[in-house]
Amino acid sequence: MISLLAKQHFLFDPLSLFFLAVIVLISLPSLIYSFSYLRGDYPAAKIILAQVLLLAFVVSMVLVVSVSNCLLFLVFWESMSLVSYFLVVFDTKHEKSIQAGMIYIIMTHFGTAFIIAAFMILRNYAHSFDFFAIKNACQIIPQPTKDIVFLLFLIGFGTKAGIVPLHIWLPYAHPQAPSHISSIMSGVMIKTAIYGIIRFVMFILGVDSFWWGILVLILAVISCLVGVIYALMEHDIKRLLAYHSVENIGIILLGVGLAMFFASVNLPYLSVFSLIAGLYHLINHAIFKGLLFLCSGSVYKATGTRDIEKLGGLIKKMPQTAAYFLIGAMAISALPPLNGFVSEWLILQAFFLGAFNVIGGAKLFLGICAAMLALTSGLAAACFVKAFGITFLAQPRSHYAQNVKEVALSMRAGMFFLALLTIIFGLAAVLVIKLLAKVSGGVLGIDISNMNFSLNNFTIIPQSAKNVYLSTPVLALWLIILGIAGFAIYRIFARGKTVIYKTWDCGYYKLDSRNEYTATAFSKPLRIAFSFFLLPYRKTQKIRESFYHVKSFTYEIHTTKVFKKYIYDPVLVLLFKVAKSMRRIQPGSIHLYLGYIFITLLLLIIFMGQF
Amino acid sequence: MMITLQIILFIVTAPLLSGLIAKIKNNLRMRKGQSIYQPYYNLAKLFSKDEVISQTSSWIFRITPFVVLSSALAAAILIPVFIFTSPAHQMGDFLALVFILALGRFFLALSALDTGSSFGGMGASREMFISSLVEPVFCMVIFAVSLQFGSTDISAFSGMHVIPVSSLIAALALFLVAITETSRIPVDNQETHLELTMVHEAMVLEYSGRSLALIELASYVKQMIFFFLIAQIIFPISLPFGNLMQMLLWVLWYIARIVIIAIAVALVEVTVAKMRLFRVADFLGFAFVLGVIATVCAILGV
Repeated sequence: MISLLAKQHFLFDPLSLFFLAVIVLISLPSLIYSFSYLRGDYPAAKIILAQVLLLAFVVSMVLVVSVSNCLLFLVFWESMSLVSYFLVVFDTKHEKSIQAGMIYIIMTHFGTAFIIAAFMILRNYAHSFDFFAIKNACQIIPQPTKDIVFLLFLIGFGTKAGIVPLHIWLPYAHPQAPSHISSIMSGVMIKTAIYGIIRFVMFILGVDSFWWGILVLILAVISCLVGVIYALMEHDIKRLLAYHSVENIGIILLGVGLAMFFASVNLPYLSVFSLIAGLYHLINHAIFKGLLFLCSGSVYKATGTRDIEKLGGLIKKMPQTAAYFLIGAMAISALPPLNGFVSEWLILQAFFLGAFNVIGGAKLFLGICAAMLALTSGLAAACFVKAFGITFLAQPRSHYAQNVKEVALSMRAGMFFLALLTIIFGLAAVLVIKLLAKVSGGVLGIDISNMNFSLNNFTIIPQSAKNVYLSTPVLALWLIILGIAGFAIYRIFARGKTVIYKTWDCGYYKLDSRNEYTATAFSKPLRIAFSFFLLPYRKTQKIRESFYHVKSFTYEIHTTKVFKKYIYDPVLVLLFKVAKSMRRIQPGSIHLYLGYIFITLLLLIIFMGQF
Repeated sequence: MMITLQIILFIVTAPLLSGLIAKIKNNLRMRKGQSIYQPYYNLAKLFSKDEVISQTSSWIFRITPFVVLSSALAAAILIPVFIFTSPAHQMGDFLALVFILALGRFFLALSALDTGSSFGGMGASREMFISSLVEPVFCMVIFAVSLQFGSTDISAFSGMHVIPVSSLIAALALFLVAITETSRIPVDNQETHLELTMVHEAMVLEYSGRSLALIELASYVKQMIFFFLIAQIIFPISLPFGNLMQMLLWVLWYIARIVIIAIAVALVEVTVAKMRLFRVADFLGFAFVLGVIATVCAILGV
């Protein structure tokens, strides 16, 4: 075992270093945040346990992205899953935690099984578990086997990443963990699955069938749309964010899938460019989703509820948390000049540049994928108007939001750090892209020194027939200048006075928070527009005092989770049926069991004789 | 220099366009109608009035007018006006323009929720619903046009001596987008304050005085941006720009293009009835299909 930990089993190429950087950048503020977050809610011994688990979690993630041996990879992958399981069930007082943990651990092992199968097939050819030995052996692996290995990896890592329809565990597990852990799970842990796809599929297997990229693109588009549509229907703030992780994994995979597609049709420049875009969105998502989870944790800590229907008006009581959440919400909605905007622009550019270079129907396919990405970002903006508007603006909707104070310093420090990174990664896009070019070139085995991404001082220029520019610093500068100009006009024409008065209430004498729009009402147009997929249904109940007078009326609206209802539930039913029929061979007779052992032994001896 | 000139040009002339459309609409309905300078009178009146700010609102409500105006103007400097080059094309392209306009909309929707009135929530909800369905159409239009011209830079959409079929269809799709984004019939109606139908007006219901003036100004600028984009796509013919005579011709040509589009908008507004909100999805679905057809035409090279 000790010899396995020797130096040759580790590698620190640009890809690994990039993921190490992502892990450290998100874990550090989460750790700082956790000091005040855990205090007060848990006994001291449990806090120490939480910190130890957090450390083990981070260390296992670090090891996952830096080993160069499949066996060690599996060991650390598994320890990462197990430690995160304990963190998911950390709040043992909630019954939901246990249920969430169960779903999580089953799904993650389902995925790991596929990864193990893929490693076994590769081992058969390479006779070694070393990454580079396998990489060399991949040249002799026949194409059909490669296709199978690719599919195994896609299912295995896709389960961890939360690709639709394997996303089922994400909205259960992420909200249930303590918020700083959710931030690491959503920001970093699911990214290790992207690392797996890039490392094993792109780096080791090498992409040479063009349908791999197409398949990944299609799955990515579905993940984007399903993730964001479900997020729109949520009003548990952490679950809403978990669904957005499904969406953003989809966006990252759009970049990765494009890179695979371009690599297979021999467009190395575009392949590098697309991978840059995908990795850029990866680190951006880690930053702003980490930030948003920390903010939602602050809201939960301060108010004691995660249901945004019960909140409102927090911007006046928690001004700093509100500002950080707003920055995160703007970034995830791809608004300029923040980081989410840059990476989504790059991915759209990758689609457009690709369409200029491929022929025929592929152009239309890329165009429609790009349009779906645009739809996703539009829906994400709608979702975050809802999330921010209902949680932080207007008046408190219940007693939960009445007596609320701003959270402690260490929590604010963690959020501040990530909010700062959100802005920096938006403005310093040029530098980030330069670094990412090295990572992408290394993965794809393409020499990038003669590839010119035309990075001026502050401008990104993707090369095409006619150059296209994007400069976030200039854009930010103009937005500020024009905003100030608007303010100047506002001041110069200040002839009338400004009165602070009640919101117009149509002459109704007392407007209170019950008149405000709710999250459910806000998303109603979209619920109707996507009713073919969401299958909404309502439950109403009237309590009557007499025939004429209805005393109270309850109204609930639910959406059908189609993947759970039509895929997972039937499978579970089948599984229980099989288990029930299997029980017949366990009648309780010790003699029969001894017979089973004997038959098993015989079969094993015969089986070993084959080798 | 060029940028400042363009910003001033947009601010000064944008209200005129709304006045012109209103005049044409009224004349088509056999009415005399208001003066085409009415938007300027409205702005002047709003600037000199008192302003009421809701006591439930926060700083989001106060900064929104500036954010909305600055996003509209930042988008405006990406538009190629002078000799078909945009003065700030190093700043971004057609795709960036879509995202910049989204910034203003995001804040407008937030400020509508900020007042705590149900009208605001209604407006924000509807606006975000419609705008999220507009995005893919917009993207498809950009895709079709940029396939034709080989770039997403708006300045590159020029130098054609014939009008390709794909540009025509893409411009039609963009026209539907423009109608939606400038809140006109059949999607929204600028003229009424009826709670069953209003979208944009419901969002800005709590604004008054100078803040309202800034938001109105931003809407005028946004409308102008869309008209320029349609004009740029549908008439990609550049005229020479040398001596005084040519300059005069060029200015007239520019005005003519915008007036033609204004007439088209007015015609649509007087002949079509307002749609139900949920029909907007079909309307934009149709626009999306137009975008796909435009892309197919661009692939076929016609």
